[in-house]
Amino acid sequence: MTTTTATHRGFWYRHPSLKLGGLLTAPMAWLVVIYLGSLAALFLTAFYTIDDFTGQVVHTFTLDNFATLFSTTAYFETVGRTIVIALLTTVLCLIIGMPIAFFMARIATPRWQPLLVALILTPLWASYLVKVYAWRSMLQPESGVIAWLLTPFGVDSPGYGTFGIVITLTYLWLPYMILPIYAGLTRMPASLLDASADLGARNGRTFRSVVIPMIFPSVVAGSIFTFSLSLGDYITAQIVGGKVQMLGNVVQQTYVTNLPFAAAVATLPVIIVLLYLMAVRRSGALDSL
Amino acid sequence: MILSRGTKLVLTLLALIGGAFIYVPLAIILVNSFSADKSLTWPPSGFTTEWWGRAIDNEGVRSAFVTSIAVAACATLVALVLGTLVALALSRQAFFGRESISLLIVLPIALPGIVTGIALNNVFTSYLGGLTFVTLVVAHGTFCMVVVYNNSIARLRRMGGSVEEASADLGARGFTTFRLVTFPLLRSALIAGGLLAFGLSFDEIIVTTFTAGPGITTLPIWIYQNLFRPNQAPIVNVVAAALVLISIVPIYVAQKFGDADERAGGLL
Repeated sequence: MTTTTATHRGFWYRHPSLKLGGLLTAPMAWLVVIYLGSLAALFLTAFYTIDDFTGQVVHTFTLDNFATLFSTTAYFETVGRTIVIALLTTVLCLIIGMPIAFFMARIATPRWQPLLVALILTPLWASYLVKVYAWRSMLQPESGVIAWLLTPFGVDSPGYGTFGIVITLTYLWLPYMILPIYAGLTRMPASLLDASADLGARNGRTFRSVVIPMIFPSVVAGSIFTFSLSLGDYITAQIVGGKVQMLGNVVQQTYVTNLPFAAAVATLPVIIVLLYLMAVRRSGALDSL
Repeated sequence: MILSRGTKLVLTLLALIGGAFIYVPLAIILVNSFSADKSLTWPPSGFTTEWWGRAIDNEGVRSAFVTSIAVAACATLVALVLGTLVALALSRQAFFGRESISLLIVLPIALPGIVTGIALNNVFTSYLGGLTFVTLVVAHGTFCMVVVYNNSIARLRRMGGSVEEASADLGARGFTTFRLVTFPLLRSALIAGGLLAFGLSFDEIIVTTFTAGPGITTLPIWIYQNLFRPNQAPIVNVVAAALVLISIVPIYVAQKFGDADERAGGLL
């Protein structure tokens, strides 16, 4: 149909690939040259080393940085600790998020649903730093809100440390877990649940055998966010972690004095996330993102 | 599955506890900003508006506020132009590499901030002569692009190509069609996307730490610098509370302008 009318149309209409080029040149120059270029330069730097006397980066290929990372006990433990913290955060997000998502999708009336979604989304836009700061005042060992709540029961506040990091990260990324699960639950046809009940399944059985398999991809989609965002975090550990360190803290502390090492450490979360993405690809979760 | 009254009650209760978990810390920030105590203590011994006044008069807070506005405004402008261009290119025709581009544009917010931060820091300081206001805007523009793109492409997809076809059939050239047809239909999505980009930039701390020139202090950086100084706690509380209130504005305006499937604000 375009061939008959195209003659009176403009130049750009008749040359769609030129139009495409015109539209994409500036943004692609920006994203590819500045952004991808920087990332590539950083990952390349991970294989360089630093001259001990001058402090200059030496451009010779070496795996020393990665060797140091895995042979130094303190660094190796930090890698393990960071992965454990990210996993705990993901599990906690799931435990807290699942009932909220279920309530939003299956108990609240449709009239309330948009409002509830907005209520879950709003904290996502509140300042990241302020949210971490809020938990600093919550967790404060003797005069914080949690201490105030727990002291009457004779329990001490957990204070700053691994627990503080996990609870704060959970707080930060919880909406990323709730929203995909909510979307998955609303997509699930009610007839499936009725069918399950008609076949004699009680609620627990329906939940295990129908609901869980149906929303599994949504859970995985949510976990990509909670897991990968936790892996790279360092501000949370600084503010509520006490002496506990994560991978991001190592990067932040070493990047001025030893950029190649910092770059090597920074590639780890990226590699772990990529491995995780490849592992979950089979579940079909990436399609529902 | 017919939920029994008991199950419903338990689930509702758990959801309420979850809701409290989400909102109590934000409420505490707001309450603390009126606390009469000089250190972070709960419960506050009394309430005062004194610290709000002092924060507004504080020179450091004021200039940080102005810097944040300036950075966010420039980054939003960059994001609006580049994000819309990508959305226009990707919405109308399929071509080789389209999927890669849509992945590439999400990458800056999908990768941990510290990776983006030191990658840009390295290039800016080693090859481009150091950090300035411009490098900060470049960094913010990079990760703000995605929200404008997401809002615009959702609108363009729903709009379909037929209105532009009609405009072309009526004799309008490419740019006239954009000016008179596409842009007016896109405008509210751009307002929503722009506001969200502004909010994203205004609050950002990690990439900012690594790409801001010396002496450039945004509001989150100001908070970060004063966080561990005990005598600054009351003013930090006020700035934190102000940031919570300010960040809620864009999402509500964006909700008003955006359509139902743009509600997630381009983050999910």
